[in-house]
Amino acid sequence: MNVIMIFYYLITAALVCLLGWNLIREKKSANDMILGLLVMIPLVLRLLRVK
Amino acid sequence: MSAPESKPLAHPVRVKIVLAVLAAALTVAGGVPLFKHRHFGTPFVAGPGVTKVIKLSDYSPGLKGRFVDADVFVMEGAEPGGKALIMANTHANEPAGYLAVKILIENAVVQKGTLYIIPTINVSASRNTKAGDGYPLYYDIPTDWGRVRFRMGTRDASPLESWPDPDVYIHYPDKQLLSYLDLRNTNRTWPGRPNGPMMERVTYAAMELMRKEKIDLAFDFHGAETMFPVTNCIVAPQKSAKFATLASMMVKAMEGFDSHVEPSPQNFRGLSHREIGDFSNTLPFLLEAPIPFLDQPTGPKTVKLLLDGKDPFLLSLAKKKKLFVSYDANGWPMDKRVGQHMSTTLEIIRQFSKKTPDRAIRLSGAPKYADLVRDGVGKYFHDPAKAEPGRIHYE
Repeated sequence: MNVIMIFYYLITAALVCLLGWNLIREKKSANDMILGLLVMIPLVLRLLRVK
Repeated sequence: MSAPESKPLAHPVRVKIVLAVLAAALTVAGGVPLFKHRHFGTPFVAGPGVTKVIKLSDYSPGLKGRFVDADVFVMEGAEPGGKALIMANTHANEPAGYLAVKILIENAVVQKGTLYIIPTINVSASRNTKAGDGYPLYYDIPTDWGRVRFRMGTRDASPLESWPDPDVYIHYPDKQLLSYLDLRNTNRTWPGRPNGPMMERVTYAAMELMRKEKIDLAFDFHGAETMFPVTNCIVAPQKSAKFATLASMMVKAMEGFDSHVEPSPQNFRGLSHREIGDFSNTLPFLLEAPIPFLDQPTGPKTVKLLLDGKDPFLLSLAKKKKLFVSYDANGWPMDKRVGQHMSTTLEIIRQFSKKTPDRAIRLSGAPKYADLVRDGVGKYFHDPAKAEPGRIHYE
């Protein structure tokens, strides 16, 4: 894995953490929770090296 | 006017847990089939002609231990002679070549010279899919003893092996600007470099194989849309044109199918038929068989369409003379496409052997176009249950 690819995985992990943190903080909108979780799916699949 | 402020949910934690469980279930439901597809292997039974199986990384250490490292089946004849390399699955959504090399590996015996066969030159693309186009993950070929399951891949390597994509792919060494996606396309990354992007490493290793083994002929098996002008043909640079032309005439006259010759463009870089010829002494040939599955204006991308090539929209377009091949209600079945690859390859080898007897390649046991159209490709697949364990390789 080259350096730029490692950075992209780190960026992806950071995004997943941010989305997770937003999910934890969200108290009012179920729509925003669903949106955050759906956006996380491809990022999680990439981190797990599935797709 | 500001949006009305919404009230907090009555039980936000419970809602989050339920939604998170649903999202996890979606992730698993979507991810597990893709994971299984990426790690699925089709058994190849090394036939009596296979003398050893090596790795592409044996020719370039940059590939050692990488997911993209490919198997190379070597078929050595008792008598020394010429050498040919056959590559399939450059684009893993064009599977006729892959089936043709499976048949060769399981049935052919080389008497003179050596054959090197790489069933999947782009391993990553063969373990990737094109979900947006509704590609099936697998297709099955019937045989006398059961069905053989194959992975359906796609054109480009997975981003898991090469990420991120650039805005523009700058070809090496020509510096021609190509599409960003071509960084993951092993028919744009020739001749490659040992420590470049992953697909350049793959093509570099194949170039090293050709240079070190002094390969005379290289075949790259493809499929092309019926609406694409470069289809049903042999693409060859000037140095290979003589053998391509002779083979084209012979298969038309003796075996009854068309495969015209297309010149390899000098100013379009990265293609196997261009760079192999320019960066080695090998004579390259890229074989294209029509594949209706890849045409845009078809019905759903089903396994049936992949195998029989029958589509009512293409039939309608054929009547309006919009296709570059003849097309009728019989479609363009897989058996015919595999047969074209097989017979054209054997004919080019035969023509080369006639003109250069000291570098001749002689082999037997490979079915030709008429055999494959009559019997179907499954007839020539060997049952792995009856093979010695050491002779089975999962591709």
